[in-house]
Amino acid sequence: MREVAAKTIIDTTAALCQKANYHLPDDVLHAISDATRRERSYLGRKALEMISQNAEIAAQGNRPICQDCGAATFFVELGSEVRVVGMTLDEALNAGTRKGYLEGYLRTSMVYDPLLRNNSGDNTPPSVHIVSTPGDAIRIRFMPKGAGSDNVSKIAMLSPSDGIEGIKETVIKCVDEAGAKPCPPITVGIGIGGTVDTCVALAKKALFRRLGSEHNDLVYRNLEKNLYDAVNRLGIGPLGFGGTVTALAVHIEARPCHIASLPVAVNLQCHAFRRAEAVI
Amino acid sequence: MKKVSKPRNLTTPLSQDVIASLRAGDECLITGEIIGARDQAHRLMFEMISRGEELPFELSGSIIYYVGPTQARPGQIIGSAGPTTSSRMDFCTPLLLSMGLKGMIGKGNRSEDVRRAIVKHKAVYFAAPGGLGALLGGCVVSSTVIYGEELGPEAIRLLSVEDMPVVVVNDILGGDMYEDGKLLYRKVL
Repeated sequence: MREVAAKTIIDTTAALCQKANYHLPDDVLHAISDATRRERSYLGRKALEMISQNAEIAAQGNRPICQDCGAATFFVELGSEVRVVGMTLDEALNAGTRKGYLEGYLRTSMVYDPLLRNNSGDNTPPSVHIVSTPGDAIRIRFMPKGAGSDNVSKIAMLSPSDGIEGIKETVIKCVDEAGAKPCPPITVGIGIGGTVDTCVALAKKALFRRLGSEHNDLVYRNLEKNLYDAVNRLGIGPLGFGGTVTALAVHIEARPCHIASLPVAVNLQCHAFRRAEAVI
Repeated sequence: MKKVSKPRNLTTPLSQDVIASLRAGDECLITGEIIGARDQAHRLMFEMISRGEELPFELSGSIIYYVGPTQARPGQIIGSAGPTTSSRMDFCTPLLLSMGLKGMIGKGNRSEDVRRAIVKHKAVYFAAPGGLGALLGGCVVSSTVIYGEELGPEAIRLLSVEDMPVVVVNDILGGDMYEDGKLLYRKVL
């Protein structure tokens, strides 16, 4: 059994928090400059140009991309042949988040109690999803999830007979109602299937897929294409200023579900599509 | 919108004539003092007003920017400082407008009550570009916490800004940039 010191997890996690908040990934930068060429509205193009300019300023390392440095969100694949020594994996991710946010001058946006609303002061605790995988590696994928886009997410427990039409209606309505709030151009993460809890996690997981990549399954590939065209016909445009680019992509994750259920979750992602990953 | 006119330079406090001349979709650059306040600050202001207490700043004629900045690095005035979603402040905004608030800067659409109050009290709602905190932080030339230091990013701040880029969303005539912009490019039956 391979052993990894908790400190390695902490340092890696802290570095991911900072990297993601100061440097937009290449696929996102490409998607934004593509969108700038496609956008037909004047204010929309101007918004996209400012988004690229903002990314350049942030990459200099003095100010994070967005003041909402997000709820720290981790999707971890933990090999069954490796164990963390010194503390639990959850504790190490917690400590790494604290270190990353405090040392990186990132905003601490978590309140310790949802009703009392006292700031935890170090952006902990993170939201953590761990799955076990074969092998002796630990893959940590990180996303700082802003509240502006998370707040306009939806979960619908559809009836199986609602089918693809019901799914389309749910997604389009969600994007239309969200308007400018989630800071478009957005990426639409969709979970289909599972149970109410796993469906929402699928929608978030779908966001980790690289922009420009295609779904493996033809049915979902077509549905993604269809929904992408539909949401871009809404006219919301960059930052909601009106325009032809409302979404950069639509990503779907599906899984088996109960004979009586058709859960659909929609998790929107803002243009500040920050994510980073590391394999230990 | 095929506008190519240059942005208008606005200096705070905004006169009634200037506010009256602003139209949904106008690009502006704001210079001068504004108040930074978001969720917790609005809850506190609402409570202070209910108790008949004075607010920690002069509300009359002021502009509130819905912002919760990141911590400044040593030697820096402010960190990232983009707008947060305005609709969470809707519960308190008609009251503040009735007491003399003249403008708001944020992102996202407002409730019907707020839009009506903007027309009634002849005020203006601007959108600052959301998710552009690094760029907007650079427009802030001074920042002082005037209330609620313990609230961290949610404290009330007196900010001085230079050439802060905004777009008029709601004007005194009831115009709405988000609605107008969307309808121009909407291809939905």
